[in-house]
Amino acid sequence: MGNIRIDRDFHEARWDEPIIMELGNPGERGVMIPLASDKVRECVGSGEDLVPEGLRRKKKPALPEMSQMQVLRHYMRLSQETVGTDINIDIGLGTCTMKYSPKINEQFVRSPELTELHPYQDESTVQGILEIMYRDQEYLKALSGMDCVSLQPSGGSQAIFANVQTIRAYHEANGEGEQRDEIITTILSHPANPGTAATLGYKLITLYPDKDGLPDLEALKASVSEHTAALMITNPEDTGIYNDRIRQFVDTVHEAGGLCVYDQANLNGVFGITRARDAGFDMCHYNLHKSFSSPHGCQGPAAGAQCVSEKLKKFAAVPTVEFDGEKYYLDYNHPDSIGKLRKFYGVPAVLVRAYAYIRSLGPDGMKQVGELSILNNNYMLKKLLTIPGLSMPLAEGKFRMEQARLSWEKLTKDTGVTTDDICRRIVDYGFQDYFASHHPRVIPEPFTPEPVETYSKDDIDEFVEAFRSIAKEAYTNPELVKSAPHKAALAAQIDESCLTEWDKFATTWRAYKKLDDTD
Amino acid sequence: MGSIEKDKAFVHPYMPNSVPAVKQQMLDELGVESIEEIYKSLIPDDLLYKERLNLPEPIVNEYELKRHVMGILKKNITTEDYVSFLGAGCYRHQVPAICDELNMRGEFLTAYCGDTYSDHGKMQAIFEYTSMMGELLDADIVSYTTYDAGQAVSSAFRIVLRVQAARGNARRAVLVPSTMNPEIKSQAYAYCRNAGEIVTVASDVKTGLMDLGDLEEKLRDGSAAAVFYENPSYLGFFETQAEEIARLAHSYGALCIAQPETASLGIVESPMNLGADLVCGDIQPLGMHMQFGGGQAGFIACKQEFELAEQFPTYMYGIAKTGKEGRYGWGRAMNYRCSHGSRENANEYFGTETGLWGITAGIYLASMGPQGMYELGETILQKTNYAIRRLSEAGQITVNLFGGANFQEFVVNFDRTGKAVKEINQELLKYKIFGGKDLSEDFPQYGQSALYCISELTLEEEIESLKNALEEVTGGKR
Repeated sequence: MGNIRIDRDFHEARWDEPIIMELGNPGERGVMIPLASDKVRECVGSGEDLVPEGLRRKKKPALPEMSQMQVLRHYMRLSQETVGTDINIDIGLGTCTMKYSPKINEQFVRSPELTELHPYQDESTVQGILEIMYRDQEYLKALSGMDCVSLQPSGGSQAIFANVQTIRAYHEANGEGEQRDEIITTILSHPANPGTAATLGYKLITLYPDKDGLPDLEALKASVSEHTAALMITNPEDTGIYNDRIRQFVDTVHEAGGLCVYDQANLNGVFGITRARDAGFDMCHYNLHKSFSSPHGCQGPAAGAQCVSEKLKKFAAVPTVEFDGEKYYLDYNHPDSIGKLRKFYGVPAVLVRAYAYIRSLGPDGMKQVGELSILNNNYMLKKLLTIPGLSMPLAEGKFRMEQARLSWEKLTKDTGVTTDDICRRIVDYGFQDYFASHHPRVIPEPFTPEPVETYSKDDIDEFVEAFRSIAKEAYTNPELVKSAPHKAALAAQIDESCLTEWDKFATTWRAYKKLDDTD
Repeated sequence: MGSIEKDKAFVHPYMPNSVPAVKQQMLDELGVESIEEIYKSLIPDDLLYKERLNLPEPIVNEYELKRHVMGILKKNITTEDYVSFLGAGCYRHQVPAICDELNMRGEFLTAYCGDTYSDHGKMQAIFEYTSMMGELLDADIVSYTTYDAGQAVSSAFRIVLRVQAARGNARRAVLVPSTMNPEIKSQAYAYCRNAGEIVTVASDVKTGLMDLGDLEEKLRDGSAAAVFYENPSYLGFFETQAEEIARLAHSYGALCIAQPETASLGIVESPMNLGADLVCGDIQPLGMHMQFGGGQAGFIACKQEFELAEQFPTYMYGIAKTGKEGRYGWGRAMNYRCSHGSRENANEYFGTETGLWGITAGIYLASMGPQGMYELGETILQKTNYAIRRLSEAGQITVNLFGGANFQEFVVNFDRTGKAVKEINQELLKYKIFGGKDLSEDFPQYGQSALYCISELTLEEEIESLKNALEEVTGGKR
């Protein structure tokens, strides 16, 4: 107990690996493929001859030519210069739910029983995966209280997109498609809400927090009208403040004829404690890679779930998976469906992990996930708020749900050290950099940690002490923090203008070389 | 039912603070009796869920969990058990062992949106992926990975619509071939509906190629923002008029978007060199298992042109200099384009997509090199053509309906057999064969036809067994 190290002499692997485009030698091979036999070659001729004239490649692609060991070594080194959840206390990336991804689940999705399945195989030959998808749908219904679940979405944002498509389909079916062209969201809801709504052509109305840190109910009442298509809202928002007036929000929008959509990216703290449908929502979505334990994979593959109430069932994304008592099948029979969102049927590996995760926890375990993430968070906040220069604006003194948005504003005023400086410095302590805030930064110098249920009390203590140490540095030796990182793989700050100025912009090595030549 | 914490302790391996003594210490620190006390102070009573969740009881040990989950998955019959001739947007290729080994590394597998300083290696791996894709496509700008090719195509359509709008043009149509991948077409339709319209160009009845007369007709009124084509087409044949399509598009003020097959590009010319302005597609063939369709990941690429680049909706990872010569860092470039930064003012929405597959495709391309990619393309071409020849000798079927040159896929028509593809595929299952994708619903104009797919992994004896099975199923030799 209490065995934490705050005096680690952490040093990230620093390999200074060259860009792969400069490695290898002409003629080296990393892997061979099974070639056509002599018989086949004699029968059909050379590849060149089989490509119509005008489509033959004139110049071979300038890919690296490397042997296998050298490719492996290069990427092993790059992996060592990456801070995944497996090797750090990943509390800093709030809103991202960086929980433990069980290794046993990885074995399932790496098995040929999943990896070697083609999506167009006859349904009789894919009963296993369909059964898992069907059961996932049933479990998500239980967790959300909704009546229909589609596992089509490729990620959380695409699930939100599906919900906006459903809003459109619903109002069009009622003959109000043109008239209802406004979507209301809040500034502290995930940017995918306004992002998806605008992608489908909706006008956005954004609510800001009132003095209690909650979206302004009076502003909502003033915003709804016969133009309101829907409310899209997160609860708790990224502040971790639970909106206890949520039913009034829902009622206000329903009275105006709009739909209510619950963004449940922040699901982790409400598992088994409160459900979307019970608060009157018409739809919600889940990020299956977050709350349901899939590894985040350097930003995907992810998966999402679209969950809708009975009246919106006919609009849900297809296919869903159904069971006729004997066999599982893909059901495209949702007559007014918004259609498909991606090729095939969602992201099955994430769906298998979600299944195994729910099965390993059961009803009490799932609720305990919610409870412990709330306990962990409030315990962490109590400790964090003893750090000089750090505060928790909005609804001060109130408990939070599973995460919180804090502010280094005072520390910045006192020392000149900003949240961006601290975010670089924390890497020197062996932690992933943290999530400050989505934009715009409503709370100044923000910091959004989320200590999910898989972190121990000791982990939380160590995390807190690292920030206490940095705050101390800020007050005594601010330059140390401002010039960070020092112990990361990249221990020098980049020229940010390369990312903002077009004449320095390069997303490939060939583009960079061209810029470099004209320097 | 009370809260769990009051019941017998449920200590779970994924939840260290489920240990009662630890939990108690934390509660004491907060000065509360229970966790329930915390959330009851936040959530109104009428919103609390008071029942026990309707979920099955837990399987807490790994052995039983594995028996349970694998017991279900083993009900599947895989493409290792049966011989598969399915493609149609998801392909079975050799996946080099180092692709699996490296994308299983916990650092890559469990990293997320960390940036320049915490995830230097990840950022370099992403930049190397885009750099190698840049070589394969002969493109200077390559996006971060999208959800799949359908998303890449859909976003490419939205990009050209915005480019035309920015030019002050009221061009709202994207012209697409009638043989386009139907899944991608429906995705693009839903994605672009409020921004433009998708207009189908006729195909030549015999060859399947785009009908250039109809294309020109549809370009003439100046409503087209762009022309899109696939090469090879969804139905497997090469679109031999690629250059002419781009030329026609440009001559009428439209842009040209092309979707190549990434596995072909070692031997087939990139559309970038045939006049296309935007190139998009899927990297699943480059080191990803099929995973029942979960291995998909898209890309969008173009030349170093600001007009196009500023309309990209995805992250783009830019290389940045540091104070040290030859030492680079990376970051998200021109990020005002993305919804994470600009909410409703962004180009389009954007979310967690398929980063791990991008890194994996980089590992694949580095392993294959130019010679490997050439051999991959050549082998697929040879085996495809060999299969067409062998199968043409089988029964009452028409193999390679369009008669042209193909890459990896070709249409087999069964009209003369009097049987539906559905029946034939059911019968082929008895021979442990997954027959080609049934086209009869999406393309009724081609009758009872199926799309057959060959890869570098297809063996001669597998082609022979297919031939024999088809002969038996369709009623004997010709």
